[in-house]
Amino acid sequence: MAPDDVFRQILDPAARADPYPLYAELRETPVFRREDGTWVVSTYREIVELLHDPRISSDRRNLAHRPEGDMGEGMGGVSFITTDPPEHDRLRRLTVRHFGPPHSPGVVEALRPEMLAITTELVDGLAGKTRADLVDEVAYPLPVTVICRLLGVPREDEPRFHAWADAVVESLGPGEEDRAEREQARAEAVSKLQTYLADLAVARRDAPGDDLLSGLVTYEGPEGRMSPVEVIATSALLLIAGHETTVNLITNGMLTLLRHPELLKRLRAEPDLIVTTVEELLRYEPPVHFLSSRVALADIPIAGTTIPAGAPVVLVLASGSRDPAHVSHPDTFDPDRRYSEHLGFGGGIHYCFGAALARLEGQIVLQQLVNRLVNPRLVEDPPPYRPSATLRGPRHLLVDFDAVNPAAP
Amino acid sequence: MRVVIDLTRCQGYGQCAYLAPEVFTMHGDEAVAYDPEPDDAQREHVLRAAAACPVQALHVDRNTMRHWTAPVRRLGDGSGGIVRDGHIVIVGGSLAGGRAAGVLRREGFTGRLTVIGEETHEPYDRPPLSKQILTRRVPAEHARLPRLREVEAEWVPGNPATGLDLAAKSVRLADGREVTFDRVLIATGTRARPWPHEAEAALEGVHVLRTLEDATGLREALAAGPDRVLVIGGGFTGSEVASACRELGLPVTLVERGPAPLVGALGGVIGRIAGDIQREHGVDLRCGVTVTSLEGDAGRLRRARLSDGSTVEAQVAVVALGAVRNVEWLRGSGLAAGPWGVACDAGCRAVDVNGLVTDDVFVAGDIARFPHPVFHYQFMALEHWGNAVAQAEVAAHNMVSDQAHRWPHLSLPVFWSSQFGVNIKSVGVPTLADQLVVTQGSVAERRFVAVYGYKGRITAAVTFDQAIWLEFYQRLIERAAPFPPDFRHVDMRRDSGPVPAEVPERALAGEGATVVVTGHDPAERSASLLYGEP
Ligand SMILES: Cc1cc2nc3c(=O)[nH]c(=O)nc-3n(C[C@H](O)[C@H](O)[C@H](O)COP(=O)(O)OP(=O)(O)OC[C@H]3O[C@@H](n4cnc5c(N)ncnc54)[C@H](O)[C@@H]3O)c2cc1C
Ligand code: HEM
Ligand code: SF4
Repeated sequence: MAPDDVFRQILDPAARADPYPLYAELRETPVFRREDGTWVVSTYREIVELLHDPRISSDRRNLAHRPEGDMGEGMGGVSFITTDPPEHDRLRRLTVRHFGPPHSPGVVEALRPEMLAITTELVDGLAGKTRADLVDEVAYPLPVTVICRLLGVPREDEPRFHAWADAVVESLGPGEEDRAEREQARAEAVSKLQTYLADLAVARRDAPGDDLLSGLVTYEGPEGRMSPVEVIATSALLLIAGHETTVNLITNGMLTLLRHPELLKRLRAEPDLIVTTVEELLRYEPPVHFLSSRVALADIPIAGTTIPAGAPVVLVLASGSRDPAHVSHPDTFDPDRRYSEHLGFGGGIHYCFGAALARLEGQIVLQQLVNRLVNPRLVEDPPPYRPSATLRGPRHLLVDFDAVNPAAP
Repeated sequence: MRVVIDLTRCQGYGQCAYLAPEVFTMHGDEAVAYDPEPDDAQREHVLRAAAACPVQALHVDRNTMRHWTAPVRRLGDGSGGIVRDGHIVIVGGSLAGGRAAGVLRREGFTGRLTVIGEETHEPYDRPPLSKQILTRRVPAEHARLPRLREVEAEWVPGNPATGLDLAAKSVRLADGREVTFDRVLIATGTRARPWPHEAEAALEGVHVLRTLEDATGLREALAAGPDRVLVIGGGFTGSEVASACRELGLPVTLVERGPAPLVGALGGVIGRIAGDIQREHGVDLRCGVTVTSLEGDAGRLRRARLSDGSTVEAQVAVVALGAVRNVEWLRGSGLAAGPWGVACDAGCRAVDVNGLVTDDVFVAGDIARFPHPVFHYQFMALEHWGNAVAQAEVAAHNMVSDQAHRWPHLSLPVFWSSQFGVNIKSVGVPTLADQLVVTQGSVAERRFVAVYGYKGRITAAVTFDQAIWLEFYQRLIERAAPFPPDFRHVDMRRDSGPVPAEVPERALAGEGATVVVTGHDPAERSASLLYGEP
């Protein structure tokens, strides 16, 4: 099959349950040009090279041909995920300041007790039942609650931006044909989210709390401060980026573990194992399959071909992490791998901002589910998937179980 | 538990500092400092951090510093030409020696392995000595490297080698013992160059910094709160000591003979930037002068006289004038060993005084002097961590491989230093340059990439808090890409074009032929020559 046809199949919802054999076919041509002018990169080495290549931009305003209606704004206005240095670095630094080292090193660790408590409560909620949809009942509420708590968004407003975030996420993805319509849908959702966040930002500026949003609106340092527009774009980015991705990590995770019962057993006996299990999940069943925001700023010779300046570039992270030239037995789920490098969180300057938080969330939830659900079984395999090929995960994950163990003291 | 970060690989993602904030801390944007021997109570956190490191640069309780995720390819039959038996002796049990021991076992060597060391401790890591150990962020004894315990080796500490007999294939030890070998690895490294005036050097308060004892002594002297510390020499070690002093709030004067600190390694342009950073951090920086004498009072250091006639009152002086290679024990061995180090080929085999390559004698680490194809086959000695590790890998592999399976030591030099909250990294050889240009970032913001060129080819890159881009420039160097870079890229703020690099003069080999390196891991790396106009 021509690589372009393989790629088309990958985007087809029919391939959602198992795109991996198609990725293997894709890798036979590590870098190729689609009919619509998009360049697709599917092998590990090439993806890593491009993630660290300063000739690659994340700002679609650099496209030679921008589809009509594409504002090049990515999610939630011009935020740092769709911005290049120096702007990217400045905005990311101004945000990290309230979230991680060097200025706030303990923030993520400090959230752990709360994450534990929320998780315990969610799993407690399953007691008395023998069937649950892990997407709606556990995987979704946890990351949302955590990100709301972190940002300072009132939990009761969650249903409102849930709808907006979903709309944004569904609009992401590779391909230029329907880009304009998708951008349109995205723009509408974004504008509602922005209005909401703008009001909240004003409230936080007048009465700051200990949350990230308050930090963003009040902090002023040697590098200046964030403009109101930047504050809104940044908080929208955090809300959305921290939303759908972690859900997929948890659900893809449970799905994979339920398909490997021997691992379930080991995880109950070896608590440390959850750490590398989550890493292996990020490699083997990653929540984010593509990065489709990249643009070549110059002609880039790579893998025997040249990506021309101005061309859109898609990096197939999920394929790179299963590249047999990079990792042995890539299609085996093996949490005992040593020195496993994967593309689950991307790489280079846009490496996931929330990676540490997401890892902890994944570890905590999966550990509890494994320890507390008695005799868990998949109801449907494969489960129904969400339509997005980019943020890939089950729409529902129905699991039967005999009982729910009490939480460990 | 013991931890070591391969800072050559580390790209400053900071994930370790999120997940184990008690053990790993970020200084500035991307310089990571850590406790190499954290409390066992931190175990869970450290394991989380190690699993999370995006470039897998963090090693826990293991002596493995480098790793290739793809299986190492071997040519021909399954045996891969491995010589499994015999007796291998490693002289010098520090970074290069320890690393080589680990690799020998990994490669399948099952024979007898002896490591001879002058020092009495277990192998430890030197970079923390001028950083987190001086600032007392971690206890001095925490510098130990992950143990050699999994490596079955006979460990002979505190018993330096005093001679090498190539004919008898034996190493003579200080206690008179003779240890015979089938193959030997010379990894005796360097020691600090002492203050040239012996009586002055003996004054209380005059320090050098190379060993754990040196670091412990200096650390105590700094803890006593001297009115001023004098640092003699503005190379990496001197600059890092000055940085540690400032972090401790101590007044410090740094005297550098050249026009700026770090000039010898990075040239005048970048050196001046480093000098500005030092001054911004309150270092009393005196360049273009030398210390002519150290004066004491009842055996204690009181002041130093400078060549410009001035004096500096200080109770502590740190002599940071570079290193002397530990080659004395090789005198009369017939090897090409001298103040320049021990000459070897690109496969780490030692060269004898006639220039002939030996078969069973190998060299690695700070003491080795080897020809680098990418840099006109010039012989170079690279005194940094990444080179010691990479060269030890290649040497160990070659010690147990037959001719058809040997690897060349082709890795480009990568160096890092953290000082004044800035992570400085370099790839290539910045002193092989006639020009440089700042491609990314801004000098004023102290975050930038400077690319060095020689006769129209890129030869090096230096980053200040921009380490994430280093590998891109490494590839440009390996491909002998044209200088100045002429492509569009992010963070392009070129305020000026290429400027003279102002590197110290040195003789350069012929032009007209350029070497290109391909391949990623040592098993597949190779060089090829491109003739004609660059
Ligand atoms: C304070 C300090 C800070 C540093 N910081 C950095 C940094 O930030 N980045 C970086 O890249 N590099 C840094 N380095 C350099 C790095 O530590 C060295 O490149 C590395 O230690 C070289 O390892 P080696 O094994 O070749 O030599 P060494 O570490 O010098 O080890 C040689 C060993 O051989 C022993 N020995 C000597 N003679 C004999 C004998 N006759 N018989 C038996 N044993 C003998 C010595 O006692 C020593 O233990 C730093 C070095 C120092 C001292
Ligand atoms: C398992 C869960 C998650 C996965 C798999 C994931 C994955 C990714 C990936 C692949 C990128 C790179 C995007 C690019 O290069 O264009 C990214 C960026 C980002 N992520 Fe995540 N993410 C997760 C959770 C989170 C969370 C919880 C947050 C918020 C707290 C978050 C915030 C961000 C932000 C802000 C960026 C942009 C970084 C930049 O451009 O510098 N992510 N994420
Ligand atoms: S690259 Fe690894 S070791 Fe370096 S700072 Fe990041 S997580 Fe820590």
